[in-house]
Amino acid sequence: MATYYSEEHEWITVEGDVATLGITQHAADQLGEVVFVEQREAGEEFEKGGEIGVIESVKAASEIYAPLDGEVVEVNETLADNPGALNESPEGDAWIYKIKLSDASQLDDLMDLDGYKALIG
Amino acid sequence: MTDAPKRTPLYDLHVELGGKMVDFAGWEMPVQYPMGIMGEHKQCREKAALFDVSHMGQVILRGENVGEKLETLCPQAYAGLKEGKARYGFFTNEDGGIMDDLIVSNGGDHYFVVVNAALRHQDIPHMRANLNGVEVTEIFDRALVAVQGPKAEDVVGELCPAARELKFMETTLAEIGGVECRISRLGYTGEDGYEISIPEADAIRVSKLFLAHDDCEPAGLGARDSLRLEAGLCLYGNDIDQSTSPIEASLSWAIQKRRKEEGGFPGAARIQKELAEGTAKKLVGIKPEGRAPARQGVEIQSESGDTLGAITSGSFGPTVGGPVAMGYVAADHSAAGTKVNLIIRGKAQPAEIVALPFVTQNYKR
Repeated sequence: MATYYSEEHEWITVEGDVATLGITQHAADQLGEVVFVEQREAGEEFEKGGEIGVIESVKAASEIYAPLDGEVVEVNETLADNPGALNESPEGDAWIYKIKLSDASQLDDLMDLDGYKALIG
Repeated sequence: MTDAPKRTPLYDLHVELGGKMVDFAGWEMPVQYPMGIMGEHKQCREKAALFDVSHMGQVILRGENVGEKLETLCPQAYAGLKEGKARYGFFTNEDGGIMDDLIVSNGGDHYFVVVNAALRHQDIPHMRANLNGVEVTEIFDRALVAVQGPKAEDVVGELCPAARELKFMETTLAEIGGVECRISRLGYTGEDGYEISIPEADAIRVSKLFLAHDDCEPAGLGARDSLRLEAGLCLYGNDIDQSTSPIEASLSWAIQKRRKEEGGFPGAARIQKELAEGTAKKLVGIKPEGRAPARQGVEIQSESGDTLGAITSGSFGPTVGGPVAMGYVAADHSAAGTKVNLIIRGKAQPAEIVALPFVTQNYKR
């Protein structure tokens, strides 16, 4: 199991051909208190760089951008009733999607933890 | 704006308290502290919160018949404003639009006016040019601090017993921590509370006296915005501007009867006509049924798909526990209970027109 990070402050943990995607604690801290999450439905395909959801804090709405090509296979439905979980455990229980990767080689474009830590300083 | 943002007398305190500083109307202001917007909002509704509002313009007017002269710029009955009283109002333009909203207080030998930060550069020349024989002095050496919430009377009253005697929209001069302050029982959160004008050299020390109270915590502009929105109070530049009339903005309550009848203020022709005949659009409260906040600019449609208007302020209301908004709709769809759709990211989300405010105003009358 390996975890990758994007410049858009997402994390992806890969197990076999399924990956779990969420936002980093750093991103959650920057957003402030999350009050609403708009998610895509299972079965939707997406391309790298496309918008795959919106996270709204008290202050503002922020888009989630796909870090690679894939298909949503499962949506974390607990976020609809408990969006605040994204502030408490964004890298744990408050994952956003399980996705099927279209092209695992795209993982090579992402960062490891050390690279991400360097990005956020 | 290319100039570096200005700092209020409380800047060092914001930094010391961990405030997240942002540029607001050319001022470096705290949007929130470590407690966060939701916590600060609830702190104000349940106990007391301290806000720095020193970016707003404080102005002293001196001269003969200042109240009468203000009536030539504002549709409020300022001639009859008694000493020790404050009154909400606005400058109107010749087309009946709102140039800015403000608070005027009668301080006895002078009038004290507070205007929006972003419009100081407009309002002060406007008063200087039009209030003949009135000395208009912009104050640069005083902070303005708001202490708001159901415990505000205790927080301020323990340091200044005279504050307890004030009722809503009353003002006085009194000492706090050994320095003379102007204390006015008003604010813009929907809660009981005070706005206190403090000499800049003492501003941090006096603010810390308030914050030393167990029930008082600092709050930033983020909470100030969600509090005023839940209280149904207009934000200049969002909900009201040079094109919107006070009648469209549902502010006819702020124009006193004599002025409605007599006119004699800029834009009176439009405003009196709208009072008699109504307006084509109306500012209303809007409650989205789902959880998605409807932000400024979101289109409002009728159930049959006709465009009715747009959201002018929208956010999450921490006390309401869901999204809240205000916006303009066609007058024939402005009745409370009317079902509408909000077009959020291309999708129609159901919502309902509701009476303002979203939370009961809690003033000490």
